[in-house]
Amino acid sequence: MTFEQKKHLHYQLLALTGEVDLHNSPQVRKQLLDIVESGSSVIVDFSALSYIDSSGIATLVETYNLAKNKQLSLTIVGATGAPLQVMELTHLNKVFPMIDSLDEIKG
Amino acid sequence: MTSSNQSIIEVKNLVTHYGDRNILKDINFSVEKGEIRVIMGGSGSGKSTLLNHMLALLTPTSGSIVIDGVDVVNANRKTLLKLRQKMGVAFQGGALFSSMTVGENIKLPLQHHTKLDEHTIDIMTRLKLELMNLAGYEDLMPSELSGGMLKRAGLARAVIMDPKLLFFDEPSAGLDPVTAVELDELILKLRDAMNMTIIVVTHELESAFKIADKITVLFDGEIAITGTVDEIKNSKDIRIQNMINRRARDEHLDADEYIKRLTTGKN
Repeated sequence: MTFEQKKHLHYQLLALTGEVDLHNSPQVRKQLLDIVESGSSVIVDFSALSYIDSSGIATLVETYNLAKNKQLSLTIVGATGAPLQVMELTHLNKVFPMIDSLDEIKG
Repeated sequence: MTSSNQSIIEVKNLVTHYGDRNILKDINFSVEKGEIRVIMGGSGSGKSTLLNHMLALLTPTSGSIVIDGVDVVNANRKTLLKLRQKMGVAFQGGALFSSMTVGENIKLPLQHHTKLDEHTIDIMTRLKLELMNLAGYEDLMPSELSGGMLKRAGLARAVIMDPKLLFFDEPSAGLDPVTAVELDELILKLRDAMNMTIIVVTHELESAFKIADKITVLFDGEIAITGTVDEIKNSKDIRIQNMINRRARDEHLDADEYIKRLTTGKN
């Protein structure tokens, strides 16, 4: 798993590549919580993500909740395949804003 | 070895005994990644013994068992421990610790085997409770749950580490029909969303036909057939047809063997 963070409009975009699992989700957690703590809304790019386990999903839940408490947001972009199915299995696709492409984000 | 790369379980020429009694007689069995395999057979057919061998809880008389590339018969303790972290097991009665709450039981493997933050562990535990329709039961003791709830709590603990391989012993035994159907649907969803390979031991035909990619039927310690649901349904084997039609098996009686068993207690 690797991730890359960059600015997109007034959001911080975190693109995840590969597999998020028990071993590397703490890194993702630190990155996401740091972004939100610093006062920025976050977009997590799933388009190059092949797998996310429940520690990764739990991390997204925690980040979403922190963002909400700070009147910020967490958005998922480009979820397909197994990661999308995990979101559906946990019903989080009905909680998190999920978009197909960054074009749907208006500044 | 001609094992395919896609096999996650490879059992070859497995022979086992309990004392003098020959339980499994030359079992050859393989399961592909992502497959839902149902193992069926009556009481005493050897299906639970086969399950215990795949969990490396028993040592065979002869033969080999390779799981996710690990030779479990000859592996050392450390290798087995690492392998077991990729395996989840849901036992018949749930097998929860009675002195801990439901939530504590479910998060136990995470606390033992991972360095995840406590917040992450708590949310993971609640995600699994939600999935098993047990939201809000976190702080109850196992003795306060019904049989079906205990089974689901046991399943929640079995999948808390998102195992690659899930073993499920008699999922629908003792459940009402609606709960049993829900559990079958959950098994299908877990495979699809979590890429799990799932081995289910059951004697419930209806459930087997609903969830199985392939079914292996054991009779008297031997594999009678391994096939798709259609292949099982169309099998000409009278024992399989009897099983499907729920007829008692027509025992072949060997008079000499029978008298020997009655008089000496030996097979």
